[in-house]
Order: sequence, then C-alpha cells, then structure tokens
Amino acid sequence: MADGTIHQPFSHQPLAIEMLHKFAKFLAACTVLLILAGSLVTSHDAGLSVPDWPTSYGWNMFTFPPSMWVANIFYEHGHRLIGSSVGFLTIVLAGWLWIAEPRRWLRWFGVAALGAVIAQGVLGGLTVKYFLPPAVSTAHAGLAEIFFCMTVAIALFTSPGWNTRAPNASPNQRDSVVDDSSLRALATATTVAIFCQILVGATMRHTGAGLAIPDFPLMFGHLVPDHWNAGIALHFTHRAGALIVAAMVLMTSIAIWLKHTDRVELGQPALLLIIFIIVQATLGALTVLSRRDPWINSLHVVGGAIVLTTSLVISLRTWRAKFDRIEPLRRDRARSAQSALDGPVRPVGGDPQSARIPANLDVDLGTTAQRGGA
Amino acid sequence: MRLRNAWVFGAALAVSVAACGGGQDKSSTAAAPAGAPAGQKVDTATAGTVQGAVALDGTAPKNEPIKMNADPVCVKENKTPQFQETYTVSSDGKSLGNVFVYVKDGLGNYVYDPPTGSATIDQKECRYHPHVFGMRVGQTLDIINSDPTLHNIHALPKNNAEFNTGQPIQGMKTTHVFTAKEIMVPFKCDVHGWMNAYVGVLDHPYYAVTKDDGKFQLKDLPPGTYTIEAWHEKFGAQTQSVTLGASETKDVNFSFKPAAATTTN
Repeated sequence: MADGTIHQPFSHQPLAIEMLHKFAKFLAACTVLLILAGSLVTSHDAGLSVPDWPTSYGWNMFTFPPSMWVANIFYEHGHRLIGSSVGFLTIVLAGWLWIAEPRRWLRWFGVAALGAVIAQGVLGGLTVKYFLPPAVSTAHAGLAEIFFCMTVAIALFTSPGWNTRAPNASPNQRDSVVDDSSLRALATATTVAIFCQILVGATMRHTGAGLAIPDFPLMFGHLVPDHWNAGIALHFTHRAGALIVAAMVLMTSIAIWLKHTDRVELGQPALLLIIFIIVQATLGALTVLSRRDPWINSLHVVGGAIVLTTSLVISLRTWRAKFDRIEPLRRDRARSAQSALDGPVRPVGGDPQSARIPANLDVDLGTTAQRGGA
Repeated sequence: MRLRNAWVFGAALAVSVAACGGGQDKSSTAAAPAGAPAGQKVDTATAGTVQGAVALDGTAPKNEPIKMNADPVCVKENKTPQFQETYTVSSDGKSLGNVFVYVKDGLGNYVYDPPTGSATIDQKECRYHPHVFGMRVGQTLDIINSDPTLHNIHALPKNNAEFNTGQPIQGMKTTHVFTAKEIMVPFKCDVHGWMNAYVGVLDHPYYAVTKDDGKFQLKDLPPGTYTIEAWHEKFGAQTQSVTLGASETKDVNFSFKPAAATTTN
C-alpha cells in the first residue's frame, strides 16, 4: 500500500452487497428444492392431481387446507407453494439488485430472472390447463434449468470472489483473472452440451420414454438397440449424450488442471464437476434399474441441474476477463467518486489500458452502497 | 390462352378428385345392411339375442397389490389388503370378468331411443365403481365422490374432449356427456395413482360387461350380420362375426390367453 496501489480492491465488500450475495445463494438453494419438488411431481405422475390453476380445488393456493394435501396432492401443491415462494424471493432479489447493485447489466439481469420465474409459473399453469402437453412440460423443465442458472449466476456475480483480484496477483498482472480463449470455448461448449442433454432427458421423461430401453448398461441385450421407435431413439440419444457430456467434462477439467493448476476458482469446481457427473451417471443407471423409482428419478433430475450449474460457474469464470469490458463498476463508480479522482490507479483485468481502479475504491463502494439505500 | 388451359385442366382435376371421393362414399354406404334403412327403428318383434361367455385359457396373472398408505382416509376405508381389478376371474379361474362386449359393426343406420337414465361412476373406498362400464353418446355420466377424501377424475379419451375434474368434498356430484363414440375411454385419479376405470362410449345400446362368470347378453338385436368385439384392458380385443335371423338367439364365445397380456411401463 506504500505505493498507493491495492491488490484486492473488492475484498471488503459493503455489507449490503455481502448480504445480497448471501440472499442470492439462498435463492439458488431454494431453486434446487423447487427443482426437486417439480421432479417429484413428474416422477409420481402427480401433475394433474390438482386439476385447477391457479386455485387448488377451488381454494386460494395459500389457504388450501393442509389436511387435504394427501397422496399426490402433496407433491403438486407443495411444488406450487415452493414455486410461489421462489417467485416471491426472486421479486425481492430483483428489487434488491435494482436498488443496491451498481452494475446496470446485473440489475437488468435480476429483472430477467424475475421474468423467467413468472414465465415459469405461467408455463406450470399451462401444463395443468392443457393436461400436460409434452412440449409445454418440456419447456417448463427447460426454463427451470435456465432460471436456476440465472440464480447461480447472480450469486456468482455478487460474490467477493468474482469482484476480487487473485490474492497473489501483482498490481500489474494482467492474468489476475484467467483469460484463456480455448478453455473458454471448451467450458462453454460443455455447459451448452449439458443443457442440451438435460433437454433430451426432459423430453424423454415427458413423453414416457424413460424405460423405452429397459435394461442397463446393455440395450435390449446389445450395445446398440436391435430395434427402434421414437421412444427408443430418444432414450438412446440421452444415453449417448451422457457419454459425450462426460467426455467434455473430463476434457474441461483436464484442461484446467494442466493449464491453470494454481487457479483454485477453476480447479475446485472442476473436481466437483467430475464427482457430480459420476454421481449423475450412477443415478441415471439406477433410474432404469429401479424401474424409475420416483426418488431416484427425481434425484437424477436434480443432479442434472447441479452438473449444469457447476459447469456454468466454470464457464463464467473463464469469461471473467471479458466482463471487465462491460462492468462499469470500477470505472464509472470511480469516476463518480470525487475523492477518487486524485488517487493512484492500477491496471486490472484483461484490458489494462482501459480499466483503471482508484486506490481507495473500496471506501468508495461502501459510500455508494449506502447512498443506494441498501 | 395458356392460363385459360391451366384453369380448364385444374377444374377437370378437381372434378375427377371429387368424383373419386364420391365413389368412396357410395361404397361405404353399400356396406351397410340392406335391412337397415336410414332412420328406421329396430322391430322388437323380430329382434334376437347374441349371448355367450368369455373364457380364460390359462391362469390369470396375479392382480397387483395396492398401497393406499399415501392417503390415511383410503387406508381407513379399506381394512383388508387391496388389489387391482385387472384380472377378474371366476372361482374356478376359467371365466373372465370386466370384459366389454359390444356390436362393433353391422348395425347400419338404425336409430335408437335416447337413453332414459344416466350412467354412473362412483369413487368409493378409493376405487372406481364400476371398473369397466358402457354408456351411450349423449348420455349423461354422473360422477360421484362417496369418499371423505379428495378425488380428481381425469378422462383421457382420444375422440372426445379430455377433462379433469376435482371433487374435494364427500358427496359431490358432477356430470359429463361424451359426444363421440370411443372404445375405450380410460379414467384415472391423479391423486390416487392406483385408481383407474374404463368406459365404452357407443352410439347404440348393444353392449355388456361380463361379470365373474364371463357371461354376456346383447338383446333386441335386429336380424343381420354383426361383428362382435370383446375388449379387455390387458388382453386386448377379439372379434367374431355372427349372423342373426329373425327372433334368433345365437351363442358367441371368446377365449383369452393370459400370454396375450400387454405390458405397460
């Protein structure tokens, strides 16, 4: 600090931002619960056990007597209540971001998340109104994953790790965040592949093809099915997709460990991703072998979502350097701080020429956050 | 001139296509029995009966046990172990019940008196009563919940409109009318996954459901040649042809082999 530069200008986030980050993590955790609840509905074939929407057997959803939450109603009504709660939490998060978050794009991202959860609720209602049409049900499942990704992304974007230079980075070190284009492409492709795999799985699930190939690991006793129909083709695609996704996950993890050994923020999720993919493959096999046991099947769905978001976190971190170009956080807020104008600056991120941080920016952040009312 | 020729050619093509369609209609009409002119009622004085039995050639698979513990009310309503009604057989195991037998073809264009009463399906002791039944197009179906718990009745037809109605209160009654014939319309309760039933919806009154003894009777059939079908929820359907003279009674018997059971996942 003797030269007036700081190495971790964002290491001490204002309390409001820290709380916002914790709240975003809480919302993401609630979304996992919501996905579990939703998958239990499908696994128990309970999607139409409450035939009306948005009411429940004529009651307001929130006054529907718990004594009536029997059999499959428990899953469907529980899913609706958890969904409503997540929707409410998303309203709070979007509002909080709008008030306290200085990055405009992130404020709008919060609004987009709110829009996604509203659309998700409407899709859920349409599945009931139109008797679970596979296209709508699959869209409902797909949007659930997208919304979950958004909540995880918001938690990541508000995290100290996202906004902090690497602890051991020198002031003028360009690579204080990873800027590896090949890794970026690979990690992104892996995330997209996982999402596509989930969509295939959701289509399989909502068209009743979950046991179209009834044996595992063989398929009708062969390595490749000896006969075909639409259900078998879909199921086969999901199994083949699992192999492709596993290979891509492995390649991404190996690339991280080989090229960025010292990057804990990439290495740790890469290890987790390998573990999750093994667990997920096991759950997939058990789903078939158990003849679609509802809980195993549902955990397989949740596992897919966790694999997806773990990969997403890796991908976003490989894009971190690019965010310096769109994040006005440092520049704009620094410029707006009168006291910062005379302070020493240092290069940051992937573009040392364009982004400069005032030394006393951490103080500035706190001031701004308070001004924002958070 | 070319344009004019094209119009002429197009018109000729349209006429020829229409003519082909008309020909198909005529052949369809010709297939109807000669003694069934449009709008004629059945003469009960010359009507006969088709009767018979549905046998089981082999041993019926065991009905799947039902776990009702997801709903305490259902457990309370059923003190003994419960099983599905998929295979309803006589005590000697040789006759098959819950088979829907009906005239599939051959009636032509007779008209029938509208059904006087309504058909009924009751949700009682967390099961549908009856499990298999028939009704007429345009007839009212009374749907009753006799249980002190919630049910939804969800019909999954292909020719008719799908519906899903909630009945949260004991004693509730709703009605429904099917507008098209359909063999068979499945019912399910999405609350209690084990509850299922089937209804055959017909535009004529010639149908019956076998009891445990497998027997059925189709009365008041006018003379003619008919295709009789017997439908079972797992064994599938069989058809037989029978020619009935004036005031005759003919026997038609069916036999299902358990190996023919279709698997569902």
